[in-house]
Amino acid sequence: MTIQASTAAAQFDPESVTTDDSVVRVEGICKRYGAVEALRGIDLQFERGKLTTLLGPSGCGKTTLLKIIAGLIPATSGQIVINDRVVTGPGPERAFVFQDFALMPWATVLRNVGFGLELKGVAEGERNRIARNYIEQVGLQGFEDKFPHELSGGMRQRVGIARAFAVNADVLLLDEPFSAVDEQNRRKFQEDLLRLVEIERKTFIFVTHSIEEAVYVSDRIVLLSPRPGRLARIIEPRIDRSASPDEIRRDAAYLDVVEDIWQSLRHYAE
Amino acid sequence: MALMSQETKLALPREAPTTLEAIRLFAERRRSFWVVLSLACLFTAWEIAGRIPISYAFPTFSDTVAAFFEMVGDGTMIRAYFLTLQPLVLGVVISALCGIGIGILMGLSDKAEWLLAPVFIVLQAAPMAALVPLVTFIYGIGLTAKTLAVIMLALPVIVLNSYKAVRHVNPSLVDMCRSFQGSRRQQIFKIIIPDASPVLFAGLRLGVAAGFIGVMLAELLITPTGIGDLITYHRSVANYAHMYAAVASIIAVSTLTLAGLQWFETNILRPEKRRK
Repeated sequence: MTIQASTAAAQFDPESVTTDDSVVRVEGICKRYGAVEALRGIDLQFERGKLTTLLGPSGCGKTTLLKIIAGLIPATSGQIVINDRVVTGPGPERAFVFQDFALMPWATVLRNVGFGLELKGVAEGERNRIARNYIEQVGLQGFEDKFPHELSGGMRQRVGIARAFAVNADVLLLDEPFSAVDEQNRRKFQEDLLRLVEIERKTFIFVTHSIEEAVYVSDRIVLLSPRPGRLARIIEPRIDRSASPDEIRRDAAYLDVVEDIWQSLRHYAE
Repeated sequence: MALMSQETKLALPREAPTTLEAIRLFAERRRSFWVVLSLACLFTAWEIAGRIPISYAFPTFSDTVAAFFEMVGDGTMIRAYFLTLQPLVLGVVISALCGIGIGILMGLSDKAEWLLAPVFIVLQAAPMAALVPLVTFIYGIGLTAKTLAVIMLALPVIVLNSYKAVRHVNPSLVDMCRSFQGSRRQQIFKIIIPDASPVLFAGLRLGVAAGFIGVMLAELLITPTGIGDLITYHRSVANYAHMYAAVASIIAVSTLTLAGLQWFETNILRPEKRRK
């Protein structure tokens, strides 16, 4: 009884999981495209094992910030620190999931999922074994030998996610991964993502423009304001994830957070 | 009872298929049916036009086929192709290798683009037939001049298409490769070239077709050799069936070469295209 109580207390004590365990630190990031200022003085920390969403209206630079963290775009000033090391380019501790899936149309699902490992020179047998494991994790078993054009949009993004998981990075960066997926599949997808967050214990940084999606999946939401992109607010929804997905979507706390964020963003809407 | 009547309804067309239905089914199963049908129509029209005759110098299809087999039989056709294929194959192979190489380089490097793109754009726009006499003036009438004529026509098309192919590679795929720490080499060979290959191959097909134009220009303008000689000679002695046989044979060889390239591309390089 006492043991049970103490584990429960540990689970709900925020201090036990937030003791300066940041995997990714964004320090004073600015980005200019010629005369256009895309991002101004962004300082952020991302904790291990948490899912953080970058949310904001279009033009707030959320995708730019994600790509700077990924090392795909250089920052004009400021630095990205990952596991206490300053990084300037892409690295093995980060994996990216693309909005348009970025699957190789000439390769099968199996080869696409194992492609990150293929680039690292992992032997074929080993990488196919790992790839098959993650194909099963995202629910695509039986589709290993299909080509991307034979899959639906939702299934293609599952391939993209499996590929990011396969390289076993600490940090997963997801750039509007569900925006090209239809609404029904999107919900299923969000539920599956939460299950994967639970199992994989990785740090997720997630970009979306959907408030509901952000509140539903996130531990923490970073609101950005546009032109230039700046930090506006940081919100921690603290939603009880043990409830069923339908209950969460009808939960008063969930709806309050959605409304709260909408109030902060509504004056940016045209 | 209802089930039985349905069964008989289903079974009926299978028991007694009309000829028309049989043809339709066959055509659905084999795409080549339409190719054969289209060619049959063309050859029938040719035969009729030859029999009218629309011109004294226009032989019938059957005469042309007979002349073709006669020339194959006495070896003139084979000797002619032996001569024509030398500058053609040499020129096309050189153009393909150099063209794809230069084109990819121009696509990958801004400096190479800056240096070479204007040259090839001018070359592609230039009416090459007008430059053939210049080539003869410098290199004489031998194999070199003829190979050069093939290269002059084939190379710019292949270079410019390869360059465009590389420039239009999906940038998201390149980012993907970078995000997984792919080296520049891996990026080029595992992403850029495979993604560019459909356009690269389209350029290669156009280049090979231009190569055929080049070799015929060379054989008709520089000195008559090979197929060009057969055409010129039989025209001069009014052997029109033989002349048409030579012309038709080079068209057939060109078409088959291009079809072969297409087959190679869909079956060897891009296996996903076979599945629709």
